[in-house]
Amino acid sequence: MAQIKKKKKIETPPLSTASLPDIVFMLLFFFMVTTTMREVTLLVKLKKPLATEIQKLERKDLTTYIYVGAPKNVALGTEPLIQLADQIASVGDVQQWVILQRESINEAERSKFTVSIKADVDAKMGLISDIKQELRKAQSLKLSYSANPAASAEELYKAY
Amino acid sequence: MASKKRVVPEINAGSMADIAFLLLIFFLVTTTMDVDKGLLVKLPPWTEEQSEEQDIKEKNIFVVLVNAQDQLLIESEYATLEDVRRLAKEFIDNNGDGTCAECRGLRDPASSDNPGKAVISLQNDRGTSYNMFVKVRNELLGAYSELRNELATRKYGRDYESLSEDDKEEVNAVYPQFISEAEPVQVGG
Repeated sequence: MAQIKKKKKIETPPLSTASLPDIVFMLLFFFMVTTTMREVTLLVKLKKPLATEIQKLERKDLTTYIYVGAPKNVALGTEPLIQLADQIASVGDVQQWVILQRESINEAERSKFTVSIKADVDAKMGLISDIKQELRKAQSLKLSYSANPAASAEELYKAY
Repeated sequence: MASKKRVVPEINAGSMADIAFLLLIFFLVTTTMDVDKGLLVKLPPWTEEQSEEQDIKEKNIFVVLVNAQDQLLIESEYATLEDVRRLAKEFIDNNGDGTCAECRGLRDPASSDNPGKAVISLQNDRGTSYNMFVKVRNELLGAYSELRNELATRKYGRDYESLSEDDKEEVNAVYPQFISEAEPVQVGG
């Protein structure tokens, strides 16, 4: 008896790419949500010092930044200046401004309010100390000296 | 009248992925997940009367002076940045009165009584560079974290960072941090 064998051709089904846009969109939304475009335009030159004992500032919404450095605009001279938000400010403005910033966050978390001083390596301590005094007057006592991580302590000695 | 059935042509969704990729790459490039890092410091509260005299014995204060030329003077002797950490550790860990059971200090009677009483006073000039200040501050913090780490290794056989919160508290109680940043003076230069 002749058996008729039907030769079945096994074909691998083509991989459906219909869900590719979904995957890409998912990634897209992730990056859209996490992305933070630089919210201030720096008006001062800023080269942060290096340090090893640094800690992360966890909550961005509870942190306020004060920038200190020589102005990019040469007409303003070469002496380091203070930048608050988008403007160059003077030491006298710091207290009021910090208080305003602190008022803007909700009361339960106000005690975690931190000021981060992002100062240039060439800034002098006179100006930084003046800011510190203003912060003390504003009762804003948590402070962070913003720094970039150094590979090792030896690296710091070398530059000294 | 011949009624022609109009067929709305389907939009080709094939290029959707390309558009999405384009946007994705844009956000990938512009995204900055930079977390701000820095040396965390607590400032003393503001008081009207500036000179708040506290009774601290001379030997319990470790004075670090930085002048306008970024030179260091530690306990009235010239020093370099490399010395800061070692000298600060010796000072904190000294345990002059023997009340600190965990300390391994030299027990020099001329240095600090115990880590709970030891205060580091960092004084700088108005002309000191911020760079130098941060470096010295970093070294002082480093001295404390090294001591805490050493104690954690001795006691629990683990790094300070890997300890539980309660254990960390215990280590911190042995080596509490007292670093005072004095208001700057014109110390020459």
